[in-house]
Amino acid sequence: MAHGPSSSFKNPVVNWLDQRLPIFTMIQKEYGVFPTPRNFNYFWNFGAIAMIMLVTMIVSGIVLAMHYTPNTNLAFNSVERIMRDVNFGWLIRYIHMNGASFFFIAVYIHIFRGLYYGSYKKPRELLWIIGVVIFLLMMATAFMGYVLPWGQMSFWGATVITNLFSALPLVGQDIVTLLWGGFSVDNPTLNRFFALHYLLPFVIAAVVFLHVAALHITGSNNPLGVEPKGPQDTLPFHPYYTVKDSFGTVVYLAIFAAFVFYAPNFFGEPDNYIQANPMVTPPHIVPEWYFLPYYAILRSITFDISIPFTGLKLIEAKLGGVIAMFGSIAILFILPWLDTSPVRSARFRPIFKKGILAFLVAFFLLMYVGAQTADAAWHLGGLEIPLVYVGQFATLVYFGFFLSLPFVGLIEKPLPLPASIAKPVLGGGASAAGATAKPMEKA
Amino acid sequence: MRRLRSLILAGLVAVAAAAPAVASEEMEYPKNEWSHGGVTRGFSNIFGTFDRKALQRGFQVYKEVCSACHSMNLLSYRNLSALGYNEAEITAIAAGYDMTDGPNDEGEMFTRKGVPADHFKAPFPNEKAAAAANGGKAPPDLSLIVKARKGGEDYIVALMTGFEPAPAGFTVPSGGNYNKAFPGHVIAMPPPLSDGGVTFADGTKATVEQQAKDVATFLAWAAEPNLEARHQMGLKVMIFLIVLAGILYAAKRAVWADQH
Repeated sequence: MAHGPSSSFKNPVVNWLDQRLPIFTMIQKEYGVFPTPRNFNYFWNFGAIAMIMLVTMIVSGIVLAMHYTPNTNLAFNSVERIMRDVNFGWLIRYIHMNGASFFFIAVYIHIFRGLYYGSYKKPRELLWIIGVVIFLLMMATAFMGYVLPWGQMSFWGATVITNLFSALPLVGQDIVTLLWGGFSVDNPTLNRFFALHYLLPFVIAAVVFLHVAALHITGSNNPLGVEPKGPQDTLPFHPYYTVKDSFGTVVYLAIFAAFVFYAPNFFGEPDNYIQANPMVTPPHIVPEWYFLPYYAILRSITFDISIPFTGLKLIEAKLGGVIAMFGSIAILFILPWLDTSPVRSARFRPIFKKGILAFLVAFFLLMYVGAQTADAAWHLGGLEIPLVYVGQFATLVYFGFFLSLPFVGLIEKPLPLPASIAKPVLGGGASAAGATAKPMEKA
Repeated sequence: MRRLRSLILAGLVAVAAAAPAVASEEMEYPKNEWSHGGVTRGFSNIFGTFDRKALQRGFQVYKEVCSACHSMNLLSYRNLSALGYNEAEITAIAAGYDMTDGPNDEGEMFTRKGVPADHFKAPFPNEKAAAAANGGKAPPDLSLIVKARKGGEDYIVALMTGFEPAPAGFTVPSGGNYNKAFPGHVIAMPPPLSDGGVTFADGTKATVEQQAKDVATFLAWAAEPNLEARHQMGLKVMIFLIVLAGILYAAKRAVWADQH
């Protein structure tokens, strides 16, 4: 091994392997001694949890695919056959069904953690952008997966969402035809959605690899948003965070299991237990809960945008809604450059903290509005507030939060930052001797 | 951490406070007690099992009343073993139906007696025939009906017991019947159950209410036949995960002991 790195593992087999392909050295470097800020709170568990959920979805999904038939005449009954006749099919299917929801819950918390503690800021812009790409891929995968059981909500959800693309000028209708593989949602649509639903999770896994690789270049952010200044600020990833992530993941899995076993249809729609019927439109078409905020934003644009006094329409309401919906995700891509404040953590940003609270409330409000019928209204005393106004207000807050960030960064007076991570953690800046010494003894 | 948590809580509370104020047009159905906990309710009875006697009575109601119009295509006679019937009884039930099979070696379709592996015999040969015989719309298949309707079992009971004369000023179109539980209140199905309409072998008095609850139990089982296996496995999985979480928490405390 003249040119290779020398390995010094005790086990000769491991050593032999490692000198030829240094995977053990890599694992040791990236997950063994990897210096990690010592002050993570439990919100930092959700990256690991999301990873476990991705693996859960891929494994359960592959088993489901062995029994599923992507044909409009057979799909619904093949899913019911899994539920009734395949050994433990009900378990695998309920894991996959609820796993989608719990994957999104984990990822939403993970994203919100990144927002709150400023994890998107320099030098982690690319890490953040790769994360948004994962989120987009997840949404595409989840949407196509929901179509596969070929229930009423599968069919009509697919019809409504694919039709959105027809609002795009010039190419819109061609895109819709391409998505459908014909002139309506039908067997070709189901077949291509199945193929893509099987493919995309592996694309996600690859992009997750890039996400983690980028993370290990910059290192993790932390609740204080202050970069580690030396070994007293960090701990080796193993055993400190392997054990903490394991604990958090198992607690999360316990909540997940409670739903799988005791409320498996909690996140589902009764209509999806009716086979798809293109001749019967359900009275109330709703997407899955994790799409509701964006669905509400889409429906909030009820007005055309025109040049005043000329009657010249620039953007039709439908296209406006589509732009707003995609814009609500797209804005995340430029977030690192919208935020002009050098301070990361919201703990030290009084105005930003109020803003992100408003953003969070708006997000939940939109989720709520998205689940209601278009003509629903709140009745407060004698006052009737159409929910579409509530949705429009929340949409305004949603975008207002992001678009105000450049100015907030200029006018905000951040609280004094701690000198280092070790200081507030250990109190008084006592040196954390032994914190990183001989990490392998713990293993 | 604490601040972020209170932030999220505040957000949730704000939404929760707003929710009840909305004008709800969805119907609420009186909640019944179900020994299995209710298929769509969630967390209602984690040890729940189906009432076997009610299942058998419910099957009788389906067989003697509902099956005249409603199919249950996803079920086979062999599935009835879950109701407590033995093999001889199931064979006898299946043999009570004539099935069209084939083609045989001569290329002819032929009729044979049903066997336990057969799916429930549908009342009509196809959906068009079902629609033609029922005023233009086929009666829905009942295999998944409890999971396919908001309110689940409670909706079935409310529907079965919800037939009453239309209130003054409400015009029921011809061919329709007034039902207070049905969305829109006009249902094509005439009142299917009547007091004493079936005679239960176990001596239970066959009131409309009783039949409604029994058939709802049966339909709940039909929609979710693995409910009991799910509840049993769930208990084991939950105990395992909670114990594992406890061990990992102790391990976490031990590992972090020198850092706090």
